[in-house]
Amino acid sequence: MTKPRTTGLKPWFSLGGIAVFAVLLLAIAPLVLTDHWLNNLGKYCCWAIAAVGIGLAWGRGGMLAMGQGVFFALGAYAMAMHLTLETAGDRVPGFMVLYDPLAPLPVFWEPFRSAGFTLLAIVLLPVVVAGALGYALFKRRVKGAYFAILTQALAVALATLISSTIRETGGDTGLSDFKYFFGFVLNDPANRLMVYLIAAALLIVCLLAVWQLYRSRFGELLVATRDAEERVRFLGYDPANVKLVAFVVSALMASIGGAMFVPIVGIITPAEIGAAASILMIAGVALGGRASLFGPALGAMAVGWGQSSLGSTWPDGWTYLLGLLFVVVILFLPNGLSSLPAKLMRRARRSPAERPAPAIAPAQLEEVRS
Amino acid sequence: MDALIAPLLNGSAQGALLLLAALGLSLTFGQMGVINMAHGEFLMIGAFAAYLVQQVITASNLSIPVALPVAFVVAGLFGLLLEVTIIRWMYRRPLDTLLVTVGVGLILQQAALQIFPSQGVPVEKPGWLDGQLTVLGYGWPLRQLFTILLATVCVAALSAWLKYTPFGRRIRATVANRDLAETTGISTRGIDRLTFFVGSGLAGVAGVAASLIGGTNSQMGAQYIIPAFLVVAAGGIGQLKGTIVAAWAVGVALAFFAYWTTGSLAQVLAFILVIVFLQLRPQGLFTVRTRSLA
Repeated sequence: MTKPRTTGLKPWFSLGGIAVFAVLLLAIAPLVLTDHWLNNLGKYCCWAIAAVGIGLAWGRGGMLAMGQGVFFALGAYAMAMHLTLETAGDRVPGFMVLYDPLAPLPVFWEPFRSAGFTLLAIVLLPVVVAGALGYALFKRRVKGAYFAILTQALAVALATLISSTIRETGGDTGLSDFKYFFGFVLNDPANRLMVYLIAAALLIVCLLAVWQLYRSRFGELLVATRDAEERVRFLGYDPANVKLVAFVVSALMASIGGAMFVPIVGIITPAEIGAAASILMIAGVALGGRASLFGPALGAMAVGWGQSSLGSTWPDGWTYLLGLLFVVVILFLPNGLSSLPAKLMRRARRSPAERPAPAIAPAQLEEVRS
Repeated sequence: MDALIAPLLNGSAQGALLLLAALGLSLTFGQMGVINMAHGEFLMIGAFAAYLVQQVITASNLSIPVALPVAFVVAGLFGLLLEVTIIRWMYRRPLDTLLVTVGVGLILQQAALQIFPSQGVPVEKPGWLDGQLTVLGYGWPLRQLFTILLATVCVAALSAWLKYTPFGRRIRATVANRDLAETTGISTRGIDRLTFFVGSGLAGVAGVAASLIGGTNSQMGAQYIIPAFLVVAAGGIGQLKGTIVAAWAVGVALAFFAYWTTGSLAQVLAFILVIVFLQLRPQGLFTVRTRSLA
């Protein structure tokens, strides 16, 4: 079957697209949208940041990372722990003393009092975890469906772990009620705008980063690894290293998305990081177009919008819609909506009457190619 | 002694349930390289089929033996439908198949949630499963023994079917070398459909067993699919004996971890154990020697 194409628009054209996107998000949206919708848009931006990473790993690298919730959680919980401690001040966070009034602060919470450590953790934790996991898996040539299910198993495991450690992590109720964000009062609309702008700016930065990666030698190598890993190996490269870098970058992006999700949404629970949440991130990427530059981000925003509006007003229908989205998009439009214009254009250019009869049946062609 | 016997026996039963859930997955994955993420939902369909059979045949002593073949056929037909409508178009895109079946699973789950009461339905346990068997001082529930027996029967039937019947021979030929099988006149597409029917049907049987041990609700399939896949992966692709050993090992490990720590932590530890194991043996417990690079 057709594989995601990599040759798209000219690179500078894409850069212009990013600029337009930046103006829309950073300048026009704050002017037009109400506070409520701006906050929602901020939430979609967080999912979009994670989705850009999935686009890199899955769309370009062929690694179906079905457990990005793990890295989303690392960033989110690092941030949430810091904000909880900031809100609690010198005291122990409220939910901990609920069960035992004299409960001490767990040891692993202590360093998150420091803002610097928290920021460092948001960046380093996913890099270390994804690095170790990726190194272990890719060097042993674990790939394809195995990789997908193993990563999803990890997301399930982490969500279960957090659910069950109610005294240390808040369990299913999660962490919430943050009052301050690095010294800024979160209730203040001006500060909320700032938090939104940070999230939107980070999304733009991530888009720029993958734009640069896609047009670099590394990007070519990544696509080559996706399409013919053995050939890359025979050419003298180690595909494991190529995949490792892409996976680590995508984990880092998921972590950043998670970290910004916390001050914007105000709560983080295991439900936001488990298997279902990770699948939701994939849904956006599939819808938008996994291998394209903007597809993952825009798709994730669309799915995010669906999840938070339809998901609450019409939950039954939304689940059907989500299921159908997977089936229809992946069956008929594997490269997502971003491939639709080119597909329609190709169809329009060749009207059925003047289409030459194929010399070889398509099925046979398929055989030869594989 | 009790501390050793209880987790061992409980774990063996849990392993048997995992084995039932993994058998069909192993069959379809081994033959077609297709991961069916809706497999857990087929298991759920089997459990609901058991419930529906009980609505017709109210005597629970009789209904469960009737429910087993019914669940097999119903889940199998759902599997066949999925194969014919969707999966046949995607054999060259295994990862995409995985995602499509995730979507199918979501739809089936939601449908079950709307058709049946959201808190789940009760499946009556037959009276002859109520008792306990005293093993070295530990009262072992009979339904756990039943799960193990059911798994044993299914494995024996499946391996006999694969080994001695013409269908089984064709399936093994297709697994070994699809092109060559095709050349000798086997309709590999037909064999694929048959495998999918049997594999999904086994999920239905697993569902009946699961409904006797845990609750029957729309979410029940989702909790089996990942452990079942890990069992298949750890056992080795297309290897029945590997799947058996891996399922038993994971089941017992889960029970011991749960005994020492808590149920949820046990799951985490078992997942990590399988991942570490795959580090040591990425091809699983038993491997078919092959010269292919992938």
